This record gives sequence, structure tokens and C-alpha cells, in this order.
Amino acid sequence: MTEGFQPRRGGGAVATFNGFEADLLRSLASQLVELLRNEVAAPVQAEDPLEDLLDFDGPTSAPDDPVLARLFPNAYPADDDAAGEFRRFTEGGLRDGKVRAAMAIVDALEEAGLPEELDEETLYVDVELGSDEALAWVKSFTDIRLALATRLGVEEGDENYWHTLPDDDPRTHVHEIYEWVGYLQETLVESLAP
Amino acid sequence: MPAPMPVETERPPVEERQDEELTLIDRPWVTIVWNDPVNLMSYVTFVFQNYFHYTRKKAEKLMLEVHHQGKSVVSAGTREEMERDVRAMHEYGLWATMQKEDAS
Repeated sequence: MTEGFQPRRGGGAVATFNGFEADLLRSLASQLVELLRNEVAAPVQAEDPLEDLLDFDGPTSAPDDPVLARLFPNAYPADDDAAGEFRRFTEGGLRDGKVRAAMAIVDALEEAGLPEELDEETLYVDVELGSDEALAWVKSFTDIRLALATRLGVEEGDENYWHTLPDDDPRTHVHEIYEWVGYLQETLVESLAP
Repeated sequence: MPAPMPVETERPPVEERQDEELTLIDRPWVTIVWNDPVNLMSYVTFVFQNYFHYTRKKAEKLMLEVHHQGKSVVSAGTREEMERDVRAMHEYGLWATMQKEDAS
């Protein structure tokens, strides 16, 4: 089991993962990328058909998928028009940023020696992240945890509920992964603390 | 080759923003961060320090407000500044909204 992150000399953080852990992290980051890229941005409903055709920027209504709705919250809860405008100008860029952050995880793991197909049981992956790379990881850990928690239906103070689920309940395993990513994030935050 | 990194939305230094606020006629806008069951207390503190350049003490105070009271006003300024701050909070995965200071 990995012991999480340690501070890196000169900024950033280092960690060692076994092959299974590295493969799991890559899979989580890749699924996030897929989700961020796949859902077609909600079409903009303009009154004027010409305006509609000329409108190349972002969506104005919240995403249908509850995970995406949490990743891109409504900035103006009491003002639909302002919320739509804000979304139109920010969501595309935010999506791209979150994709790049998740890809930074995939790339760093593969550059550190994680093969495309995990075939070696004794593989260890030493990851060394500079400050910018570590910041991308810590943000993407949040996105991954928000995605897992939204799918599971995690609520405030419900830790005991998850620990009493039977072992063969698939949610038990997903919740363990959620807690594990939380542990990694905690050690990464500690390593980066100013 | 290093992977391309997300563009950091940099915040102008605090002094500069305070000068701007002095010339404001409009009521200032505020950025509110809301509690959620997912984000770690340490991470929320980290975000407030890293993005707003708040001291650890102030960042922790705001984080505890979010945690115990359900929300906290984390910054104030012009509408444009608050849109920048809300966007940045969303980039960090925090649940943030904005409104006029007196609208709550």
C-alpha cells in the first residue's frame, strides 16, 4: 500500500504506488476525462435563428449529469440570466482545465513507467511531481472525489453508514476507493502546504 | 516532456484590489463558498491560501465558517473580480456562488 505523498525538495511532491494503485488512479482519471468530454454541451436556445447559428460559445443551462452539475455549479442561484451568461463564458474553459489536470495524472503515471496494460504484479511506480504538476493532481483528486461521491450519494456525517454496508455490496468497494483518494489528497495537501 | 498544465487563474495582489474598492460607487459583490460533504478541511484551507494568498490563520477561519455555518463570504469586490474568483473556486472544485453584498 502506498504511504501517500511526501514533500519534494525544491517544491512539489513525490509518491510511490504499486502497479495496482497506479492503474486504478489512471483509470479514475481517464473516466473523468471521458465524462468531461462526452456529454454534449447543452444547446443554447436563442430566440433569433441567426443568432443561434452564430453562437459558438458555451452552454447556458446546467449540465444534466449530476456529476457535471456539481463540477460546474450555478454561480448566480437567484438570477437565471446572469447564471446562463456566466456559464456560457466559463464552462468550456473550466472543462478543458479539468481535462488537462486529469490528463496530467495519466501522463505522469505513464512517464513514471506504468505500462498500457498492467501485466507485472511486482511493479512499483515512483512519481515525482513539480509544483505545477502537483497542483493539477490535487485539483483533479477533488474532481474525482466529487464524481465518486455524487454517484454514491455521499452526505455529511454518513461515514458509519458506508462502513456497515456488506462487503459484497458494490458501493462498499467504490466508497473505499473514494476514501483512498481522499487519503492521497490529504497527504498531497500536507506536502504542498505553504 | 512535461505534460501541459492547466492555466492558473492568477489573482491580482490584494493591495491593488483594495485601491480599486475605494473608488467603487456600486455596492460591492461577494463570493460565497458553501459547505459540501466531500472537500477535505485541509484542502479548503489550502485553496484559500493558495488562490487568495490569505494567511493560514485567515484561511482556516474561513474554512471553519464554511464547515460549521454552511457558508462563508471569502472575498468582496467588483462584479468582474467576483466572477473571476467564483470561476477559480469552481476550478478548484469548491461550490461557490456570487451575489450583491446586501442580497443575502
